[in-house]
Amino acid sequence: MLRHITRTLFKMVVTLFVIVTLVFFATRLSGDPIDYVVGQGITQEDRDLLTRYYGLDASIWEQYVRFLGSFVDGQFGLSFVERRPVADIVAERIWPSLQLLLSGVALTILVAIPLGILAAIHRSDWIGSTVMTIAFIGYAVPNFVLAVFMVLVFAFTLNWLPVVGNATAWHFIMPTITLAAGLIAALTRFTRNAMLDVLSQDFMRTARAKGLSEAVVVLKHGFSNASITILSVLGLQIAGLAAAGNVVVEAIFAWPGIGDLLVNAAILRDFPVLQFAVLAVAFAVIIVNGAIDMAYAYADPRIRLGRA
Amino acid sequence: MAEAAIGTAPVHSRLLAGSRRVWTEANGIQRAAIVVAVLLLIVAAFAPFIAPHEPTAQSLIARLRPPFGFERYKDGYLLGTDELGRDVLSRSLHGLQLTLILAALGATIGLVLGGTLGLVSGIAGGIVDDVIMGAVDAQIAIPFTLIALLTLAIFGSSIEVMVLVLGLYGWEHYARIVRGEVRRLMAMPFIEAARAAGASGGRIAFRHVLPNIVSPLVVQFTLSISNIVLLESTLSFLGMGVQPPTATLGSMVGIGRDYLPTAPWIVIVPAVTILLVTFAVQILGDWLRDRADVRLRGR
Repeated sequence: MLRHITRTLFKMVVTLFVIVTLVFFATRLSGDPIDYVVGQGITQEDRDLLTRYYGLDASIWEQYVRFLGSFVDGQFGLSFVERRPVADIVAERIWPSLQLLLSGVALTILVAIPLGILAAIHRSDWIGSTVMTIAFIGYAVPNFVLAVFMVLVFAFTLNWLPVVGNATAWHFIMPTITLAAGLIAALTRFTRNAMLDVLSQDFMRTARAKGLSEAVVVLKHGFSNASITILSVLGLQIAGLAAAGNVVVEAIFAWPGIGDLLVNAAILRDFPVLQFAVLAVAFAVIIVNGAIDMAYAYADPRIRLGRA
Repeated sequence: MAEAAIGTAPVHSRLLAGSRRVWTEANGIQRAAIVVAVLLLIVAAFAPFIAPHEPTAQSLIARLRPPFGFERYKDGYLLGTDELGRDVLSRSLHGLQLTLILAALGATIGLVLGGTLGLVSGIAGGIVDDVIMGAVDAQIAIPFTLIALLTLAIFGSSIEVMVLVLGLYGWEHYARIVRGEVRRLMAMPFIEAARAAGASGGRIAFRHVLPNIVSPLVVQFTLSISNIVLLESTLSFLGMGVQPPTATLGSMVGIGRDYLPTAPWIVIVPAVTILLVTFAVQILGDWLRDRADVRLRGR
């Protein structure tokens, strides 16, 4: 177990380091950032002053070392657009993003796991095929198309729901559904397949033969065994999908989170913000993946007891 | 006998027999997907000839006109006009063409890049394998939308950069598939026989291994087309894709969103086109996967 944890942690650190390095050097490929801050038409003295102000006068390696150092002292530089610390700007955005993410993932789990189990039990009748058709639609419809149609129907035609921001609970409905739709499709498919694998095992027949009720057989013997596999996909795929989905959904509904910030920073070429926001999301995804990987290792006695 | 007849028949009738077999094996939905996919391809290929107007031609007197059958409909603009008086039908046709070209290029680059790396990784093994698979893990760890946004912000949103970004999307899937298959095949006796007969590494790779991994690659290629269409339209929707006035389906939805309450057709036409593409391609991809994967046949 300890060996597995060390190896996972080591892999996480290496991946994070590679990402930080790539993001730093890629951003510097874009030319002189001062051009983006002020554009043309300033004197050379002002330009030099700004170069020193943003710490761009040092060599690229010095800047790289300083950039790595910023993960220790928390000084991530200033936004080109807002002229205030990047860390502050991103920090304000974390909570709204987290709210949306958590409500989306909660809705996903509440809907997808029962649907997946249902589809596995009814795999050869109309209930199963209906569920899988719905899952297929959720998978093939891009989230922004779904969002636009929902806005058209529920906001502009029926006037039921608000569109912009996160002021009230009503504001959560459309963004949460948009975010969850694709995730529900993915998790339903996965839950169904994991359940089918378990349902065909010998111990399921034994459990039925013992005279246990069908609910106990399916949920206790079936689902608890499938849950380990489901947990792993929840981490590996859902975390990445949710992070990417959050970016798009926030941009659509002007949700004041990291995704909205990220898209706007990309459009305005506010590289310090973009760089930091990308890293923040990537870090979050990698850490969640690492945590789930360890939970998975803990749930699997072969790894926990160190036999693999 | 039948096989011999097919074997000696001219190419076109063999193709015909092949497509007839595909058609009879398909169910209703899959047939619909085939028809839609073929129609979309034809329409996209001949977009400049079908489109009644230039996609960027503006008309100040025909702004925000609704489609045929609605009040204020203007003759010659079947699906209405947008905020600059451009024909929504013509823009959607050209947008469809561009989207499909970008998707095909992106998927091909991904296939060649990922396939080559996977082949090298699987055959070479050792440190080369570790490095390539490390890169695969790193790319899987970060949501690709982030990589795409960063790349487009840095290099600008030109069509060339877009092709590059779409080509980088999904190479890791090909690399994984090819590497896995290569490692499985390399342990088989016929590879050992080829090696014993003195075949070089390149000959083994292209002559003995590659033909055996074509079918999972075809499946992945089809599925990745639909993923790339989704990514391209999402990026264009966010304003980071191909720039105006060039029409892509995603950017039409993104810009048309501002006119949703008054002129919803600007959004509905390209959005429905996107749905047709992703549905058709996804259905065909799933079907191909089920056919290729024996383990899934019972499900």
